[in-house]
Amino acid sequence: MLKKRYFAALFAFMLLILSACGNTQTKEADAKTKKVEPKAAPTEMILATTTSTQDSGLLDVLIPMFEKENNVKVKTIAVGTGQALEMGTKGEADVLLVHAPAAEKAVVDAGDAINYKRVMYNDFVLVGPKENPAGVSGDDIQAAFKKLAETKSIFISRGDDSGTDKKEKAIWTLLNIKPAGEWYVSTGQGMGQTLQVAAEKKGYVLTDRATWLAQSKNLSDMQIVVEGGKDLMNIYHVMQVNPEKHDKINSKDAKKFVEFMIDPKTQDVIENFGKKEYGQSLFIKYTE
Amino acid sequence: MELLIDGLKKAIEMIFSGDPEVFAITWLTLRVCLISILISTLIGLPLGLFLGLTSFKGRRLLLLFINIGMGLPPVVAGLWITMFLWRSGPLGDFSLLFTPTAIIMAQILVSLPIVTSLTCSAFQQIDDKLLLQIKALGATRVQSLIILLKQSKIAIMAAIMAGFGRVIAEVGAAMMVGGNIQGDTRILTTSIVMEVSKGNFDIALALSFILLTAALLITAALTFLQQRKRFS
Repeated sequence: MLKKRYFAALFAFMLLILSACGNTQTKEADAKTKKVEPKAAPTEMILATTTSTQDSGLLDVLIPMFEKENNVKVKTIAVGTGQALEMGTKGEADVLLVHAPAAEKAVVDAGDAINYKRVMYNDFVLVGPKENPAGVSGDDIQAAFKKLAETKSIFISRGDDSGTDKKEKAIWTLLNIKPAGEWYVSTGQGMGQTLQVAAEKKGYVLTDRATWLAQSKNLSDMQIVVEGGKDLMNIYHVMQVNPEKHDKINSKDAKKFVEFMIDPKTQDVIENFGKKEYGQSLFIKYTE
Repeated sequence: MELLIDGLKKAIEMIFSGDPEVFAITWLTLRVCLISILISTLIGLPLGLFLGLTSFKGRRLLLLFINIGMGLPPVVAGLWITMFLWRSGPLGDFSLLFTPTAIIMAQILVSLPIVTSLTCSAFQQIDDKLLLQIKALGATRVQSLIILLKQSKIAIMAAIMAGFGRVIAEVGAAMMVGGNIQGDTRILTTSIVMEVSKGNFDIALALSFILLTAALLITAALTFLQQRKRFS
Protein backbone atom coordinates (compact mmCIF):
# COMPACT_ATOMS: atom_id res chain seq x y z
CA MET A 1 0.00 0.00 0.00
CA LEU A 2 2.70 2.37 1.08
CA LYS A 3 4.88 1.38 -1.82
CA LYS A 4 2.07 2.07 -4.24
CA ARG A 5 1.46 5.51 -2.84
CA TYR A 6 5.11 6.39 -2.96
CA PHE A 7 5.39 5.45 -6.57
CA ALA A 8 2.22 7.28 -7.39
CA ALA A 9 3.68 10.40 -5.85
CA LEU A 10 6.94 10.01 -7.73
CA PHE A 11 5.03 9.41 -10.92
CA ALA A 12 2.96 12.52 -10.35
CA PHE A 13 6.12 14.52 -9.82
CA MET A 14 7.58 13.35 -13.10
CA LEU A 15 4.32 14.00 -14.88
CA LEU A 16 4.36 17.52 -13.51
CA ILE A 17 7.81 18.10 -14.94
CA LEU A 18 6.93 16.57 -18.27
CA SER A 19 3.79 18.61 -18.55
CA ALA A 20 5.86 21.65 -17.65
CA CYS A 21 8.12 20.98 -20.61
CA GLY A 22 5.22 20.33 -22.94
CA ASN A 23 3.32 23.39 -21.88
CA THR A 24 5.97 25.91 -22.71
CA GLN A 25 6.61 24.39 -26.07
CA THR A 26 3.03 24.92 -27.10
CA LYS A 27 3.13 28.36 -25.58
CA GLU A 28 6.23 29.23 -27.54
CA ALA A 29 4.60 27.89 -30.66
CA ASP A 30 1.53 30.02 -29.94
CA ALA A 31 3.63 33.10 -29.49
CA LYS A 32 5.48 32.39 -32.71
CA THR A 33 2.36 31.95 -34.80
CA LYS A 34 0.95 35.11 -33.34
CA LYS A 35 4.02 37.26 -33.89
CA VAL A 36 5.42 36.33 -37.27
CA GLU A 37 2.57 34.97 -39.31
CA PRO A 38 3.72 33.02 -42.34
CA LYS A 39 7.33 34.20 -42.17
CA ALA A 40 10.21 31.79 -41.87
CA ALA A 41 11.70 31.05 -38.47
CA PRO A 42 13.97 33.92 -37.42
CA THR A 43 17.69 33.48 -37.85
CA GLU A 44 19.93 33.84 -34.82
CA MET A 45 22.70 36.35 -34.41
CA ILE A 46 25.05 36.77 -31.47
CA LEU A 47 25.87 40.34 -30.46
CA ALA A 48 28.76 40.71 -28.05
CA THR A 49 28.68 44.11 -26.41
CA THR A 50 29.66 46.03 -23.32
CA THR A 51 27.73 46.21 -20.10
CA SER A 52 27.07 49.93 -20.48
CA THR A 53 24.83 49.48 -23.51
CA GLN A 54 22.75 46.94 -21.64
CA ASP A 55 22.79 48.46 -18.15
CA SER A 56 21.74 51.86 -19.51
CA GLY A 57 18.78 50.25 -21.24
CA LEU A 58 19.73 51.40 -24.75
CA LEU A 59 19.71 47.88 -26.17
CA ASP A 60 16.21 47.25 -24.83
CA VAL A 61 15.10 49.91 -27.29
CA LEU A 62 17.33 49.15 -30.27
CA ILE A 63 17.31 45.35 -30.35
CA PRO A 64 13.52 44.88 -30.63
CA MET A 65 13.53 47.45 -33.48
CA PHE A 66 16.18 45.51 -35.34
CA GLU A 67 14.61 42.13 -34.65
CA LYS A 68 11.25 43.27 -35.95
CA GLU A 69 12.62 44.80 -39.13
CA ASN A 70 14.78 41.86 -40.09
CA ASN A 71 13.17 38.75 -38.60
CA VAL A 72 16.27 38.02 -36.57
CA LYS A 73 16.64 36.75 -33.03
CA VAL A 74 19.50 38.69 -31.46
CA LYS A 75 21.34 36.98 -28.64
CA THR A 76 22.89 39.81 -26.68
CA ILE A 77 25.88 38.88 -24.55
CA ALA A 78 26.77 41.86 -22.37
CA VAL A 79 30.32 41.53 -21.09
CA GLY A 80 33.33 43.79 -20.76
CA THR A 81 34.79 45.16 -23.98
CA GLY A 82 37.88 42.96 -23.55
CA GLN A 83 35.80 39.81 -23.44
CA ALA A 84 33.53 40.99 -26.26
CA LEU A 85 36.54 41.56 -28.52
CA GLU A 86 37.94 38.18 -27.51
CA MET A 87 34.65 36.57 -28.54
CA GLY A 88 35.12 38.30 -31.89
CA THR A 89 38.66 37.03 -32.37
CA LYS A 90 37.51 33.52 -31.50
CA GLY A 91 34.57 33.73 -33.89
CA GLU A 92 32.09 33.14 -31.04
CA ALA A 93 30.03 36.22 -31.90
CA ASP A 94 28.69 37.59 -35.18
CA VAL A 95 28.76 41.29 -34.46
CA LEU A 96 30.44 43.49 -31.84
CA LEU A 97 29.42 46.82 -30.31
CA VAL A 98 32.28 48.02 -28.11
CA HIS A 99 34.16 51.07 -26.91
CA ALA A 100 37.94 50.71 -26.80
CA PRO A 101 39.28 52.14 -30.10
CA ALA A 102 42.90 51.12 -29.57
CA ALA A 103 42.07 47.51 -28.78
CA GLU A 104 39.47 47.45 -31.56
CA LYS A 105 42.06 48.56 -34.08
CA ALA A 106 44.20 45.52 -33.28
CA VAL A 107 41.25 43.21 -33.91
CA VAL A 108 40.43 44.92 -37.21
CA ASP A 109 44.08 44.90 -38.32
CA ALA A 110 44.33 41.19 -37.54
CA GLY A 111 41.47 40.67 -39.96
CA ASP A 112 39.11 39.23 -37.34
CA ALA A 113 36.62 42.06 -37.73
CA ILE A 114 35.44 43.87 -40.85
CA ASN A 115 32.96 46.59 -41.72
CA TYR A 116 34.18 48.73 -38.81
CA LYS A 117 31.93 51.76 -38.22
CA ARG A 118 31.73 54.52 -35.68
CA VAL A 119 28.31 54.68 -34.03
CA MET A 120 28.05 57.02 -31.09
CA TYR A 121 29.86 58.51 -28.17
CA ASN A 122 29.31 59.60 -24.66
CA ASP A 123 31.99 60.59 -22.20
CA PHE A 124 33.82 59.32 -19.21
CA VAL A 125 33.52 61.22 -15.98
CA LEU A 126 35.47 61.02 -12.76
CA VAL A 127 33.11 60.45 -9.87
CA GLY A 128 34.08 60.93 -6.25
CA PRO A 129 32.65 61.44 -2.77
CA LYS A 130 30.73 64.67 -2.20
CA GLU A 131 33.32 65.84 0.36
CA ASN A 132 35.97 65.51 -2.39
CA PRO A 133 38.93 64.95 -0.01
CA ALA A 134 41.50 65.12 -2.81
CA GLY A 135 40.05 68.40 -4.03
CA VAL A 136 40.09 67.48 -7.73
CA SER A 137 37.92 69.38 -10.20
CA GLY A 138 37.81 70.88 -13.66
CA ASP A 139 38.19 69.06 -16.95
CA ASP A 140 41.81 67.90 -16.84
CA ILE A 141 41.68 64.19 -16.11
CA GLN A 142 45.46 63.73 -16.18
CA ALA A 143 46.00 66.39 -13.54
CA ALA A 144 43.24 64.86 -11.45
CA PHE A 145 44.72 61.34 -11.69
CA LYS A 146 48.13 62.70 -10.76
CA LYS A 147 46.72 64.39 -7.71
CA LEU A 148 44.84 61.27 -6.66
CA ALA A 149 48.04 59.24 -6.87
CA GLU A 150 50.02 61.85 -4.96
CA THR A 151 47.48 62.14 -2.16
CA LYS A 152 46.93 58.36 -2.25
CA SER A 153 43.18 58.95 -2.35
CA ILE A 154 41.14 55.78 -2.59
CA PHE A 155 40.65 54.91 -6.24
CA ILE A 156 38.33 52.14 -7.38
CA SER A 157 39.28 50.48 -10.64
CA ARG A 158 37.20 48.08 -12.72
CA GLY A 159 40.25 45.91 -13.32
CA ASP A 160 38.26 43.75 -15.75
CA ASP A 161 39.83 44.76 -19.07
CA SER A 162 36.62 46.50 -20.10
CA GLY A 163 36.56 49.62 -22.26
CA THR A 164 36.41 51.84 -19.19
CA ASP A 165 39.23 49.90 -17.56
CA LYS A 166 41.36 50.21 -20.68
CA LYS A 167 40.71 53.96 -20.71
CA GLU A 168 41.72 54.31 -17.07
CA LYS A 169 44.89 52.26 -17.56
CA ALA A 170 45.76 54.37 -20.61
CA ILE A 171 45.63 57.54 -18.51
CA TRP A 172 47.91 56.03 -15.85
CA THR A 173 50.32 54.94 -18.60
CA LEU A 174 50.34 58.45 -20.08
CA LEU A 175 51.25 59.80 -16.66
CA ASN A 176 53.91 57.13 -16.20
CA ILE A 177 52.33 56.14 -12.92
CA LYS A 178 51.92 52.51 -11.90
CA PRO A 179 48.98 52.68 -9.50
CA ALA A 180 49.47 50.25 -6.66
CA GLY A 181 49.10 50.14 -2.93
CA GLU A 182 46.30 50.17 -0.48
CA TRP A 183 44.60 53.19 -2.02
CA TYR A 184 44.17 51.49 -5.40
CA VAL A 185 41.29 49.01 -5.31
CA SER A 186 40.54 46.72 -8.24
CA THR A 187 37.05 45.20 -8.20
CA GLY A 188 37.10 43.05 -11.33
CA GLN A 189 33.39 43.71 -11.69
CA GLY A 190 31.01 45.61 -13.93
CA MET A 191 30.52 49.38 -13.86
CA GLY A 192 27.41 49.29 -11.70
CA GLN A 193 28.99 47.18 -8.95
CA THR A 194 32.21 49.15 -9.14
CA LEU A 195 30.31 52.41 -8.58
CA GLN A 196 28.67 50.88 -5.54
CA VAL A 197 32.02 49.78 -4.18
CA ALA A 198 33.30 53.33 -4.71
CA ALA A 199 30.36 54.75 -2.79
CA GLU A 200 30.90 52.34 0.10
CA LYS A 201 34.62 53.02 0.29
CA LYS A 202 34.28 56.74 -0.44
CA GLY A 203 36.64 56.45 -3.37
CA TYR A 204 37.10 57.99 -6.78
CA VAL A 205 36.11 56.08 -9.88
CA LEU A 206 36.21 56.59 -13.63
CA THR A 207 32.87 55.73 -15.22
CA ASP A 208 30.95 56.26 -18.42
CA ARG A 209 28.29 58.90 -18.09
CA ALA A 210 25.42 56.61 -19.09
CA THR A 211 25.99 54.16 -16.25
CA TRP A 212 26.56 57.01 -13.80
CA LEU A 213 23.25 58.65 -14.71
CA ALA A 214 21.41 55.36 -14.45
CA GLN A 215 22.99 54.62 -11.06
CA SER A 216 23.15 58.05 -9.46
CA LYS A 217 19.77 57.58 -7.79
CA ASN A 218 21.43 54.99 -5.51
CA LEU A 219 24.61 56.99 -4.98
CA SER A 220 23.55 60.12 -3.17
CA ASP A 221 26.96 60.59 -1.53
CA MET A 222 28.78 60.72 -4.85
CA GLN A 223 29.14 63.43 -7.46
CA ILE A 224 30.93 64.12 -10.72
CA VAL A 225 34.23 65.86 -9.96
CA VAL A 226 35.97 65.95 -13.33
CA GLU A 227 34.23 66.02 -16.70
CA GLY A 228 34.30 67.50 -20.18
CA GLY A 229 37.97 67.07 -21.11
CA LYS A 230 38.76 66.15 -24.69
CA ASP A 231 40.50 62.93 -23.75
CA LEU A 232 37.43 61.77 -21.85
CA MET A 233 35.51 61.02 -25.01
CA ASN A 234 34.09 57.49 -25.06
CA ILE A 235 33.55 56.30 -28.62
CA TYR A 236 31.52 53.22 -29.56
CA HIS A 237 32.14 51.25 -32.73
CA VAL A 238 30.19 48.47 -34.35
CA MET A 239 31.84 45.79 -36.50
CA GLN A 240 31.06 42.38 -37.89
CA VAL A 241 33.20 39.34 -37.34
CA ASN A 242 35.03 38.26 -40.49
CA PRO A 243 33.15 35.26 -41.92
CA GLU A 244 36.13 34.33 -44.04
CA LYS A 245 38.28 33.79 -40.98
CA HIS A 246 35.81 31.93 -38.81
CA ASP A 247 33.20 29.23 -39.29
CA LYS A 248 29.48 29.46 -38.62
CA ILE A 249 29.35 33.26 -38.65
CA ASN A 250 25.98 34.78 -39.46
CA SER A 251 27.42 37.53 -41.64
CA LYS A 252 24.18 38.34 -43.43
CA ASP A 253 22.45 39.59 -40.30
CA ALA A 254 25.66 41.01 -38.87
CA LYS A 255 26.03 43.21 -41.95
CA LYS A 256 22.42 44.32 -41.57
CA PHE A 257 23.07 45.15 -37.93
CA VAL A 258 26.04 47.37 -38.79
CA GLU A 259 23.92 49.16 -41.38
CA PHE A 260 21.09 49.44 -38.89
CA MET A 261 23.30 51.06 -36.26
CA ILE A 262 24.56 53.79 -38.61
CA ASP A 263 21.19 54.38 -40.21
CA PRO A 264 20.04 58.00 -39.63
CA LYS A 265 16.77 56.77 -38.16
CA THR A 266 18.53 54.60 -35.57
CA GLN A 267 20.99 57.39 -34.86
CA ASP A 268 18.10 59.66 -33.89
CA VAL A 269 16.70 56.98 -31.61
CA ILE A 270 20.11 56.72 -29.94
CA GLU A 271 20.35 60.45 -29.39
CA ASN A 272 16.85 60.71 -27.97
CA PHE A 273 17.30 57.77 -25.65
CA GLY A 274 17.19 58.73 -21.98
CA LYS A 275 16.40 62.39 -22.63
CA LYS A 276 13.05 62.16 -20.95
CA GLU A 277 14.33 60.40 -17.84
CA TYR A 278 17.65 62.14 -17.32
CA GLY A 279 17.16 65.44 -19.15
CA GLN A 280 20.14 64.70 -21.36
CA SER A 281 21.22 62.20 -23.98
CA LEU A 282 23.06 59.17 -22.64
CA PHE A 283 24.66 58.56 -26.02
CA ILE A 284 25.24 61.03 -28.82
CA LYS A 285 25.09 60.07 -32.48
CA TYR A 286 28.51 60.08 -34.04
CA THR A 287 28.71 58.12 -37.24
CA GLU A 288 31.02 58.88 -40.11
CA MET B 1 15.42 48.07 5.78
CA GLU B 2 12.98 50.28 3.95
CA LEU B 3 14.34 48.79 0.74
CA LEU B 4 13.50 45.30 1.98
CA ILE B 5 9.87 46.22 2.50
CA ASP B 6 9.76 48.00 -0.85
CA GLY B 7 11.21 44.90 -2.47
CA LEU B 8 8.63 42.67 -0.85
CA LYS B 9 5.83 45.00 -1.96
CA LYS B 10 7.23 45.05 -5.47
CA ALA B 11 7.47 41.24 -5.51
CA ILE B 12 3.82 40.90 -4.55
CA GLU B 13 2.92 43.50 -7.13
CA MET B 14 4.91 41.65 -9.81
CA ILE B 15 3.33 38.32 -8.99
CA PHE B 16 -0.23 39.60 -8.95
CA SER B 17 -0.01 41.98 -11.87
CA GLY B 18 1.04 38.98 -13.95
CA ASP B 19 4.00 40.74 -15.55
CA PRO B 20 4.64 38.40 -18.51
CA GLU B 21 8.39 38.85 -18.40
CA VAL B 22 8.71 38.01 -14.71
CA PHE B 23 6.42 35.08 -15.26
CA ALA B 24 8.50 33.85 -18.20
CA ILE B 25 11.74 34.19 -16.24
CA THR B 26 10.33 32.32 -13.25
CA TRP B 27 8.89 29.63 -15.47
CA LEU B 28 12.18 29.16 -17.28
CA THR B 29 14.02 28.97 -13.96
CA LEU B 30 11.72 26.25 -12.68
CA ARG B 31 11.81 24.36 -15.94
CA VAL B 32 15.59 24.43 -16.20
CA CYS B 33 16.11 23.47 -12.54
CA LEU B 34 13.55 20.68 -12.50
CA ILE B 35 14.78 19.15 -15.73
CA SER B 36 18.38 19.20 -14.54
CA ILE B 37 17.58 17.70 -11.15
CA LEU B 38 15.38 15.07 -12.81
CA ILE B 39 18.20 14.03 -15.12
CA SER B 40 20.70 14.15 -12.25
CA THR B 41 18.41 11.87 -10.24
CA LEU B 42 17.86 9.46 -13.12
CA ILE B 43 21.62 9.08 -13.53
CA GLY B 44 22.77 9.64 -9.95
CA LEU B 45 20.33 7.30 -8.20
CA PRO B 46 21.32 4.10 -10.07
CA LEU B 47 24.95 5.14 -10.00
CA GLY B 48 24.88 5.81 -6.26
CA LEU B 49 23.02 2.55 -5.68
CA PHE B 50 25.64 0.66 -7.64
CA LEU B 51 28.53 2.35 -5.86
CA GLY B 52 26.92 1.88 -2.47
CA LEU B 53 26.14 -1.81 -2.79
CA THR B 54 29.05 -3.20 -4.72
CA SER B 55 32.75 -3.29 -4.25
CA PHE B 56 35.22 -3.36 -7.08
CA LYS B 57 38.71 -2.17 -7.80
CA GLY B 58 38.91 1.59 -8.20
CA ARG B 59 35.59 2.15 -6.43
CA ARG B 60 37.17 4.32 -3.76
CA LEU B 61 39.01 6.40 -6.31
CA LEU B 62 35.80 6.91 -8.30
CA LEU B 63 34.01 7.88 -5.11
CA LEU B 64 36.78 10.33 -4.29
CA PHE B 65 36.28 12.09 -7.62
CA ILE B 66 32.53 12.21 -7.13
CA ASN B 67 33.02 13.68 -3.66
CA ILE B 68 35.37 16.31 -5.04
CA GLY B 69 32.71 17.00 -7.65
CA MET B 70 30.31 17.96 -4.87
CA GLY B 71 32.43 21.03 -4.33
CA LEU B 72 32.88 21.81 -8.02
CA PRO B 73 32.46 25.58 -8.29
CA PRO B 74 29.71 26.40 -10.80
CA VAL B 75 31.92 28.88 -12.63
CA VAL B 76 34.44 26.11 -13.25
CA ALA B 77 31.67 23.88 -14.58
CA GLY B 78 30.49 26.82 -16.69
CA LEU B 79 33.94 27.47 -18.08
CA TRP B 80 34.46 23.87 -19.14
CA ILE B 81 31.06 23.63 -20.75
CA THR B 82 31.62 26.94 -22.54
CA MET B 83 34.83 25.60 -24.05
CA PHE B 84 33.09 22.47 -25.29
CA LEU B 85 30.15 24.39 -26.74
CA TRP B 86 32.09 27.13 -28.50
CA ARG B 87 31.58 27.30 -32.24
CA SER B 88 35.21 26.28 -32.52
CA GLY B 89 34.85 23.65 -29.77
CA PRO B 90 34.13 19.92 -30.13
CA LEU B 91 30.35 20.36 -29.79
CA GLY B 92 30.20 23.62 -31.73
CA ASP B 93 28.09 22.16 -34.53
CA PHE B 94 25.07 21.89 -32.28
CA SER B 95 25.16 25.63 -31.47
CA LEU B 96 24.11 25.02 -27.88
CA LEU B 97 26.01 27.87 -26.23
CA PHE B 98 23.69 30.59 -24.91
CA THR B 99 20.67 28.28 -24.86
CA PRO B 100 18.67 26.89 -21.91
CA THR B 101 20.08 23.47 -22.81
CA ALA B 102 23.56 24.75 -22.00
CA ILE B 103 22.35 25.89 -18.57
CA ILE B 104 20.80 22.48 -17.96
CA MET B 105 24.10 20.82 -18.88
CA ALA B 106 26.01 22.99 -16.41
CA GLN B 107 23.47 22.35 -13.68
CA ILE B 108 23.62 18.60 -14.20
CA LEU B 109 27.38 18.79 -13.92
CA VAL B 110 27.19 20.50 -10.52
CA SER B 111 24.25 18.52 -9.08
CA LEU B 112 25.01 15.00 -10.31
CA PRO B 113 27.95 14.47 -7.90
CA ILE B 114 25.79 15.57 -4.96
CA VAL B 115 22.93 13.23 -5.81
CA THR B 116 25.30 10.34 -6.57
CA SER B 117 27.46 10.70 -3.51
CA LEU B 118 24.61 11.15 -1.03
CA THR B 119 22.68 8.24 -2.56
CA CYS B 120 25.79 6.11 -2.35
CA SER B 121 26.22 6.80 1.35
CA ALA B 122 22.56 6.02 1.91
CA PHE B 123 22.90 2.58 0.39
CA GLN B 124 26.21 1.91 1.99
CA GLN B 125 24.67 2.49 5.39
CA ILE B 126 22.16 -0.31 4.95
CA ASP B 127 22.81 -3.04 7.46
CA ASP B 128 24.46 -6.13 6.03
CA LYS B 129 22.10 -8.23 8.10
CA LEU B 130 19.16 -6.77 6.27
CA LEU B 131 20.69 -7.66 2.94
CA LEU B 132 21.21 -11.21 4.22
CA GLN B 133 17.70 -11.41 5.52
CA ILE B 134 16.24 -10.25 2.23
CA LYS B 135 18.23 -12.91 0.46
CA ALA B 136 17.26 -15.55 2.99
CA LEU B 137 13.57 -14.80 2.53
CA GLY B 138 14.02 -15.52 -1.13
CA ALA B 139 13.26 -12.12 -2.57
CA THR B 140 13.77 -11.65 -6.27
CA ARG B 141 16.18 -8.97 -7.46
CA VAL B 142 13.39 -6.53 -8.19
CA GLN B 143 11.79 -7.19 -4.83
CA SER B 144 15.00 -6.63 -2.93
CA LEU B 145 15.65 -3.46 -4.90
CA ILE B 146 12.25 -2.11 -3.92
CA ILE B 147 12.86 -2.92 -0.26
CA LEU B 148 16.23 -1.18 -0.38
CA LEU B 149 14.77 1.87 -2.10
CA LYS B 150 12.10 2.06 0.56
CA GLN B 151 14.68 1.71 3.27
CA SER B 152 16.72 4.62 1.93
CA LYS B 153 13.83 6.76 0.80
CA ILE B 154 14.44 9.54 3.29
CA ALA B 155 18.13 9.78 2.45
CA ILE B 156 17.46 9.66 -1.29
CA MET B 157 14.95 12.47 -1.04
CA ALA B 158 17.48 14.44 0.98
CA ALA B 159 20.01 13.87 -1.81
CA ILE B 160 17.54 15.17 -4.39
CA MET B 161 16.76 18.21 -2.24
CA ALA B 162 20.44 18.98 -1.80
CA GLY B 163 20.92 18.73 -5.56
CA PHE B 164 17.92 20.93 -6.19
CA GLY B 165 19.24 23.51 -3.75
CA ARG B 166 22.46 23.59 -5.70
CA VAL B 167 20.83 24.15 -9.09
CA ILE B 168 18.32 26.77 -8.04
CA ALA B 169 21.00 28.77 -6.25
CA GLU B 170 23.43 28.54 -9.13
CA VAL B 171 24.32 31.72 -11.00
CA GLY B 172 27.93 31.68 -12.19
CA ALA B 173 27.56 28.91 -14.72
CA ALA B 174 24.14 30.04 -15.89
CA MET B 175 25.57 33.48 -16.59
CA MET B 176 28.52 32.08 -18.48
CA VAL B 177 26.87 29.41 -20.63
CA GLY B 178 23.45 31.05 -20.83
CA GLY B 179 24.52 34.63 -21.35
CA ASN B 180 21.49 36.10 -19.54
CA ILE B 181 19.71 36.71 -22.86
CA GLN B 182 16.35 38.40 -22.51
CA GLY B 183 13.45 36.10 -23.27
CA ASP B 184 15.78 33.19 -23.87
CA THR B 185 18.23 32.29 -21.14
CA ARG B 186 17.48 34.88 -18.48
CA ILE B 187 16.70 33.07 -15.25
CA LEU B 188 15.94 34.48 -11.81
CA THR B 189 19.48 34.37 -10.46
CA THR B 190 21.05 35.97 -13.52
CA SER B 191 18.41 38.68 -13.67
CA ILE B 192 19.09 39.47 -10.01
CA VAL B 193 22.78 39.96 -10.83
CA MET B 194 21.86 42.16 -13.80
CA GLU B 195 19.35 44.29 -11.90
CA VAL B 196 21.91 44.88 -9.15
CA SER B 197 24.45 46.04 -11.70
CA LYS B 198 21.80 48.32 -13.17
CA GLY B 199 21.27 49.75 -9.70
CA ASN B 200 17.66 48.54 -9.53
CA PHE B 201 17.87 47.12 -6.02
CA ASP B 202 14.11 47.10 -5.56
CA ILE B 203 13.56 44.90 -8.62
CA ALA B 204 16.49 42.68 -7.63
CA LEU B 205 14.99 42.23 -4.17
CA ALA B 206 11.57 41.53 -5.61
CA LEU B 207 13.05 38.86 -7.86
CA SER B 208 14.87 37.38 -4.89
CA PHE B 209 11.59 37.00 -3.04
CA ILE B 210 10.08 35.27 -6.06
CA LEU B 211 13.09 32.95 -6.24
CA LEU B 212 12.83 32.13 -2.54
CA THR B 213 9.11 31.45 -2.87
CA ALA B 214 9.68 29.08 -5.76
CA ALA B 215 12.46 27.29 -3.90
CA LEU B 216 10.29 27.07 -0.81
CA LEU B 217 7.32 25.58 -2.66
CA ILE B 218 9.36 22.92 -4.40
CA THR B 219 11.40 22.01 -1.34
CA ALA B 220 8.17 21.81 0.64
CA ALA B 221 6.72 19.42 -1.92
CA LEU B 222 9.84 17.27 -1.78
CA THR B 223 9.89 17.34 2.02
CA PHE B 224 6.27 16.26 2.04
CA LEU B 225 7.12 13.33 -0.22
CA GLN B 226 10.03 12.48 2.03
CA GLN B 227 8.09 12.57 5.27
CA ARG B 228 4.89 11.00 3.93
CA LYS B 229 5.28 7.72 5.73
CA ARG B 230 5.06 9.47 9.08
CA PHE B 231 1.57 10.74 8.38
CA SER B 232 -0.04 7.54 7.13
